Parts: sequence; structure tokens; C-alpha cells
Amino acid sequence: MNMLSDAAAEKALVKKMNEVNYKMVGKDVSVYYGEKRALFDVNLGVRNNTVTALIGPSGCGKSTFLRCLNRMNDTIQGAKVTGLLTLDSKDIYDPDIDVVELRARVGMVFQKPNPFPKSIYENVAYGPRIHGLARSKAELDQIVEASLQKAGLWSEVKDRLQESGTGLSGGQQQRLCIARAVAVSPEVILMDEPCSALDPIATARVEELIHELRANYSIVIVTHSMQQAARVSQRTAMFHLGNLVEEDDTDKMFTNPSDQRTQDYIMGRFG
Amino acid sequence: MSVGSIVLVVLVLAALGYFFGRRRAVAASAKSGVKLHSLSGYYGQTVALFTAVPALLLMVAWLFVQPIIIESRVSDMIPDSVIPQGGALSLVMSDVRQIAGGLDAVLANTELSEEALNSGEVDFTTIRARMAEVGVALAGDVPQEVYEAAKAYRQGADIGRLMMTVAVIGLALGLLAWSMRRIEPRMRARNVSENFVQALLIGSSTIAILTTVGIVFSLVFETINFFKLYPASEFFFSTVWNPQFRGGSDLGILPLLWGTLYVSLVALLVAVPVGLMIAIYLADYAGSTLRSFAKPAIEVLAGIPTIVYGLFALITFGPFLRDWIAQPLGLGSSSSSVLTAGLVMGVMIIPFVSSLSDDIINAVPQAMRDGSYALGATQSETIKRVILPAALPGIVGAILLAASRAIGETMIVVLGAGAAARLDLNPFEAMTTVTVKIVSQLTGDTEFASPETLVAFALGLTLFVITLGLNVLALYIVRRYREQYE
Repeated sequence: MNMLSDAAAEKALVKKMNEVNYKMVGKDVSVYYGEKRALFDVNLGVRNNTVTALIGPSGCGKSTFLRCLNRMNDTIQGAKVTGLLTLDSKDIYDPDIDVVELRARVGMVFQKPNPFPKSIYENVAYGPRIHGLARSKAELDQIVEASLQKAGLWSEVKDRLQESGTGLSGGQQQRLCIARAVAVSPEVILMDEPCSALDPIATARVEELIHELRANYSIVIVTHSMQQAARVSQRTAMFHLGNLVEEDDTDKMFTNPSDQRTQDYIMGRFG
Repeated sequence: MSVGSIVLVVLVLAALGYFFGRRRAVAASAKSGVKLHSLSGYYGQTVALFTAVPALLLMVAWLFVQPIIIESRVSDMIPDSVIPQGGALSLVMSDVRQIAGGLDAVLANTELSEEALNSGEVDFTTIRARMAEVGVALAGDVPQEVYEAAKAYRQGADIGRLMMTVAVIGLALGLLAWSMRRIEPRMRARNVSENFVQALLIGSSTIAILTTVGIVFSLVFETINFFKLYPASEFFFSTVWNPQFRGGSDLGILPLLWGTLYVSLVALLVAVPVGLMIAIYLADYAGSTLRSFAKPAIEVLAGIPTIVYGLFALITFGPFLRDWIAQPLGLGSSSSSVLTAGLVMGVMIIPFVSSLSDDIINAVPQAMRDGSYALGATQSETIKRVILPAALPGIVGAILLAASRAIGETMIVVLGAGAAARLDLNPFEAMTTVTVKIVSQLTGDTEFASPETLVAFALGLTLFVITLGLNVLALYIVRRYREQYE
């Protein structure tokens, strides 16, 4: 009886997955750092033109999952990923997939703003240059301007493109990093607590930006701020101790979560 | 009293001061019921420090100043007639010092008494014989004036030593008493200790700076002496280096400078690319196990004495280059050549470049790498476009350190490149460098009066100015092109 319902649930899930327009899908994803297992069979999809927020207490595996999506875990020694992760239904851990190409399609913004110690212009032009996206200087100029526009930074820096990117304020640096990620025209943008090092005003600007970017990109954002998750995302996934607790519409998650742990975490009872 | 026993007395006083100072502080606290401000040991420490340090400093200063004062007094006693033709007062003064030392030996080893000597009963002829008995040989004829001056020198030194003993031990005792008396429970002994440590640290750094300044000054003065004897324009612009100890030599620095720069250039051409690639491999590609093994293994290269490299160049590498490359190509038949010395030296300075650059590349934050990888850059693109520009200042510093090692290197050049001063482009020819010639000009002759010896100082100063210029240039480059992270 139980087995039957399990099978039925599985079937319903597969059906749902086929109905919804998923950009990236993770199936039974587990991550090991050496002996230690950091993620336990996570099944989670990223929808097209949707902001998905990953929440949960520190060390619950949400950043680990995020880093699987563009294989940044490859750069950590001893990290091993199992399970299936797809981008547009193609396995991204398949040996045929070029990790360099994958990362150009799945961009990433980090917790701490990390502009290169180069000029603002060079920071944004870095990606297009290495991928040969511009055939001429004029084209490159255009990409840089468009990217800075999209990141809402153009008006502030257009007169000082040759100044160092590290001379900007923290919030500007983070938007520069977003512009840098946008410049290679990714399809998905991953953000790992992008506002945790910023003040409330800069945070508001970045959140506004995430709203605008949603029109063109699928976005996955890790955040420790419940308000931020509620403000910027349409879907929310709750992690706990390396497991995915539940994933649902953000409205439902914050008003009527199905799992008690989600309720407790959102209400601030643990984490 | 000898210097050693004075030091011993002062140290014993300081130890006693520590012991009694500490006891006094504890007793004072117990008697008045006031809690000690600091741990009792600090009170003892203040007494010990105030007893020992000023007294010992006074002694050091005295030892420096006393000979200067005595020499200036004694040299007044020597009339110009005694100074030989073409000689210098300093030569006569060294005679005076020698005789004074001889007199000390005579007094110590024979029955001759101090009074007999000072009253003038003994004349110099007897003294000469006595000195020969105790093993002090005097050169040539010594005029009566010099003998008298030597006696005065001895007396001055004796009086000075006695005065020093009294002054140093007196100062130690006085400060011991003063610092014992000021001990009371409210005294902030810990803070006194702290200030003392600070003063000590400042003093140490001053020593390093003063030494540098001293070296530069001595170089500058001797160089000025040299240019009085030899025209500066010839030194800097003549292309011939041909020292003759009979005089009339050509002392043009250009061939030596050329040799130095040529050999260093070859060495850097080897060391910089290889060293940098080693650094990049170790920092970004090698696993931690390999790195922990390979890095010390490469650093061993820096620990090999340069004379061993020189032997390698002389016996193995030089003949190899000659037999397999230079002679078949008809470029030369000498086993010592610029290329031999340069290549061997290049191997020697590889660890300077690789080890320092590796540390610097490692210090570039991981966030920079992550940022670049996340944009889809490959590892070598990341290194070329992000890591190396960020690490540039440190890498330039590492290269400069290697360059100054190369410029100052002597042994490898002596054995590998030969000693012929020559202006030539052919890297298979023997050439020589500034440092080698400094050594050869000073070997076997310590009389700094002729241009042939004084030229060593001019060469040294030129070398110093060049390395200083290199450093300034590097600083400028680094400031100008630095890509600063954070």
C-alpha cells in the first residue's frame, strides 16, 4: 500500500517536472568533501525566469548546492558530486561538457564583492574578452555599457571607467560583479549571499536589480535574510543539515509551510 | 681591571639588584598594606636594568672614545721631522701602538719595573733587546720621539682604563642605590619595564641604520681619496682596465661593468622564466603533497655554497660548453666564459625567484580565482590575466632580490668567467666583473694609499649606486603598475 503511494508520488513528481518549464534540474544530488557528506540526495529544479531562494541555517548545504550548479565545487580539493544535474536537459557533469563553457552559461556572484584589481572597464570586459564575444573595440564598448546598464551602475561610473574597480564602494563593487557576470550573457545567475557584506541601502539597490534581471535570466540566490527571500524570490527552497526540507512558492512557504522545521526557521526558533 | 671583569662585576651587581629589589618591594607592600602595582619580579627587573644597562653603555662608549682622545694627544708629540718622506702620520702612529704593546709584553714577562720605565732610566736600545726576548720584533729604526710617544700612549691607556673602571662601576652602584630607594608599592614597575623594552627595540633598529650609513660614508670618503689620485673621467669612461702596481695603470670601470651586467643578464634570463614557471606550478597546479616536498627541495639550491657552484662551473659545465658548443661553432676556445658563469649563476638564483614568487602568488586571495573561474576562464587564463598582475609588485621584488644577488656574486665568476677584463659581445669569451676585481685589487696589499688599491672603494660605491638605482626603479615600476587587491 505504502509502496504504491510512493510510486504514485514519484509519478506525480515526474509529471509535474515535465509540466513546469525547468532551466536546471538536480536529481539525487549528493556532495562529499573528502569523507564528510555535505548534501543528501537533493531533488531541486530551477525554473525559467524565476528567482529561487535557498534558505536554511548555516552549514545546511545551500551554498554547496549552489556551487554544484556551475561546478565551482571542482575547484575544491577532495570534493565529489554524485547524482544528476542538468542544464536544458543536458547532464552538466557529463565528460562531454566543457566546464569552461558551462560557467559562461551559468554565472556566479559571490558573498564578498571580488572585483579584479583592474579598471572598471577591464572588470566587465574580462569575460567577453576570454570568450571572444566582441569582434571589435566598439562592440566590446557596447557590451560593457550594456552590462553596466543592466547592473544599474552605468550612470555612476560612466565618467570613470578607467579607474580601479576596487576603489568603488562595497555596494557598487557588488553591482560591478553582477555586471561582470551579465557581460558574458549567461542563462542562469547564481548569487551566494550577495548582500551579506552590504549596507541596507546598497542591499535595496541589489534587490531591485535582481527583480529586473529576472526578466532575462533564471536566478538562484542563497540568503540568510528571510525578508530578502520573501521580497525577491518566487520560489523558496529550505535546506537543513544537508537535506532539502521542502520547496514551494515563496508566498506559501512564508505563510503556510508544510514542514514544521520551515515554520520554526522562518519564525526564528532555530538556525 | 680588564673589560671582562668589569662586565662581570656589573652583571653580579645587577643580579643582586634584582634579588634585593624584589625582596624590598614585597617587604614594603607587606609593611604598608598597600597592594603592589606590578608583579614583584618587575621591581627586581627595574633595579637590574637600571644597574646594568647604563653602566655597560657607558663602557662601550668609553672604549670607542678613549683611543681617539689618546691618539690625538700622542700624535701632537710627534714632530713632522719624524714622519718619513712620502709616508703618513698614520704609519708612524701604528709604530707607536706596536711599541706600546711591546712595552706591555716586556713589563709582564721580565723583571723590569713600571717606575724604571717611566722615570726614563731605561733607554730604547735595552728595550729593543728586551722586546726581542719576549717575541716582539720592531721594524727599522725607531726615533726617540716615537719611543716617548709610545710611553705616553701606554700611560694614557692605563689612566683611561682606571678611570673607566671607576666610572662604570660607580655608575652601576649609584643607579643601583637610586633604583632601590625609589621602590614603593605604588611604583608602576611594569610600565617602566615596558618602556625599557621599547627603547631597546628602537636602539636595535638604529644600529642597523647607522651601520648602513657608516658603510656608505666610509665608501664615499675612500672614493674621494681615490678621485684625488686618479681622474674620475678616466675611471668612468676609459675602456681599458690594466692595473700596474708600479703605477701608471689604466683603471677604466667600463669593461668590468659590462662583464657584471652581461653575466647578471644571462643569469636572470635563466632564473626569471624558470623560477616564475616553477612558482606558478607550485602555487596553482601542484597538489599539496607534491608542493610540500618540491618547495624545500628547490630551496636547497639556495643553500649550496657559491664556491661549490663555482667548482661545478669550472670543472664540469665550462669544459662542456667549450667542447660541445663553443669550439664546434668556432666561437672561442676558453672554458671560462660569460655563458658558463651566467648559466650556473642562473641556476643558483632560481630559488630566489621561485620561492618568493610562490609565496606571493599564494597570497592572492582565493576570491580572485573564484571570480575568474566563475566567468568561465581556464586556469592559465586566470593566472595570466588576474593572478600575475595582482602579484606583480611582489614578483618584481623577488626578481630584484635575485638580480642583486647576481650582481654581487663573486665566486662563481672567478671560477666560471675568468679574470680578464674585456669589452666583448661574444658570450663564449672570458670576462670578469666588478666584484672579482675588488677582490683581486685588495688581495695581498693592505696599504690604502695608491690608486690601485683605493679603486676598490670606487668600484664598490659604483656597485652600491647601481643596485640602489635598481631598487628605486623597481619601486617606481611597482607603484605605477600595481593592481591592488583590497
